[in-house]
Amino acid sequence: MEKESQREAYGVTLQEIGKNDRIVVLDADLSSSTHTYMFSKLYPERFFNMGIQEQNEMGVAAGLARSGKIVYASTFAVFATGRAYDVIRQSIAYTNLNVKIVATHGGLTVGEDGATHQALEDIGIMSGLPNMRVIVPGDAPETKRVIREIMDIEGPFYVRLSREKVPSLLKEFGFELGKAIVMKEGSDLTIISTGITLSMAMEASSKLKDMGIDSSVIHMPSIKPIDRDIIIKYSRLTGKIITIEEHSIYNGLGSRVSEIVAEDGSARVRRIGVNDTFGESGPGWELLKKYGISSDHIIEESLKLIKR
Amino acid sequence: MNIEEIKELRLRANEIRRLSIDMIYGAQSGHPGGSLSAADILITLYFKIMKVDPANPQWPDRDRFVLSKGHASAAYYAVLALKGYFPMDELKNFRKINSMLQGHPTIHVPGVDMTTGSLGQGFSTSLGMALAGKIDGKDYHVYTLVGDGEMDEGIVWEAAINAVHNKLDNLIMIVDRNMYQLDGNTEKILSLGEVSKKLEAFGWEVREIDGHSITEIYISIMESMQRNGKPKAIVARTVKGKGVSYMQNTHEFHGKPPNKEQYEKAIKELEEEKNRIMSE
Repeated sequence: MEKESQREAYGVTLQEIGKNDRIVVLDADLSSSTHTYMFSKLYPERFFNMGIQEQNEMGVAAGLARSGKIVYASTFAVFATGRAYDVIRQSIAYTNLNVKIVATHGGLTVGEDGATHQALEDIGIMSGLPNMRVIVPGDAPETKRVIREIMDIEGPFYVRLSREKVPSLLKEFGFELGKAIVMKEGSDLTIISTGITLSMAMEASSKLKDMGIDSSVIHMPSIKPIDRDIIIKYSRLTGKIITIEEHSIYNGLGSRVSEIVAEDGSARVRRIGVNDTFGESGPGWELLKKYGISSDHIIEESLKLIKR
Repeated sequence: MNIEEIKELRLRANEIRRLSIDMIYGAQSGHPGGSLSAADILITLYFKIMKVDPANPQWPDRDRFVLSKGHASAAYYAVLALKGYFPMDELKNFRKINSMLQGHPTIHVPGVDMTTGSLGQGFSTSLGMALAGKIDGKDYHVYTLVGDGEMDEGIVWEAAINAVHNKLDNLIMIVDRNMYQLDGNTEKILSLGEVSKKLEAFGWEVREIDGHSITEIYISIMESMQRNGKPKAIVARTVKGKGVSYMQNTHEFHGKPPNKEQYEKAIKELEEEKNRIMSE
């Protein structure tokens, strides 16, 4: 399977949509990593490197948006949501301004830089804010669609991208805010994934099939608003749900699915994610395995659910 | 500006002080000290300097104002009402439930250019507005009123570096240097020292004035309008609680409403001041 970079997809898309002169792009001295530099090559007059100032970056983004601009503001996920949280809360979310926070380097796959740079709670932090929409694209092609789509949807967004190249599984699909994508239909259990863990869900589903277990696979790029209807539909259909995400098991996909299913009372849920701990240095995909995020873990949890 | 005009603005500032005290007393909540210190600056901006249209608050070419020290909301709302953005009657609802006038300014209020309250952020957002003006080749100015206590915040200095780098000469920051923050004197809580020199060192063009002199406020702003590649700062020396004797030069009334007896004394003093100005 072809692997592509979500960050590069972001940069390429910014170049494509940049002819809309309302678009302004900000970065905090990470433009070569986030790939916003690609926009700066074509539209230098609408690109501003803020220096290492995440708080001021978000404040300036708010002021630009208040003046009619569509602002894409980038940095690493850990800094965007951690360092700049209060600015995002007061000046972007409460004001409901047109700022698209596109954060790269989400999750453990930051890799060698270690725990200081691995955002494992960012989805939860941003989801807690009224007015904020939270999107975690599954691959590069979907990233392109998301970056393009949100340009025309008024109000704030948090989009979380990965550092690592990821398999392009979603070339043939579309993106609609608040809608999940059903990748596979099966009646024994449902695997729900967000972001780059989709390939693990697909691989586990194939292996489970070989073991005689028929699973549905749902990709959930839109964490907020979430596709409640599809969660309830598959919860009732299969009665068993596994969630997987490159994020803490608290306050991310697993939590949201659990809340919805608990209110509906229709299934048992097991969450796969980082178990309330910080990460460490190492190759990204190996770290995922070490912290319990892999197709093998999906299979293990599935078998436990099926046996019960 | 002639003497009559100055007198009129002083009377308006006096009215803003009285309205602020009324609102804060009525709500039994709010920030009198920093509202009273900022009254002359706000009045000069809205009634003498800024190009705005209360009938069209979102007019794209308008001058912008950001009250970065959002806790001075009482004075700000009073100025906006007086300017005609919304009915004066609305001021009675300040800080009350189901009211448009929240404790700190929000963009839902006609005339408010930015939601503020979390200190330092308004200043940062004012850079974004100035930058947008540059991108669009517009002539408007962006004014922001920053408290001296507010300058404790790191984001203020992030923005201070950034405004110089981006040559935001359409940005005019006014510092309400009233020497007091919630817990006490600014030099005792976290000594700020010479604000002007600090800003100058950052590359700002700085003026220092008496923040209660309408003339000095007016002249310093007019001088700051030059498009010379530098952001401008006006450090306005003010008196916290200006106009009400027992609120002056103390932190006690930073965020505390007056009681009935104190309220009556405040109104009496402001009334006397009004008569003094009128008889001049």
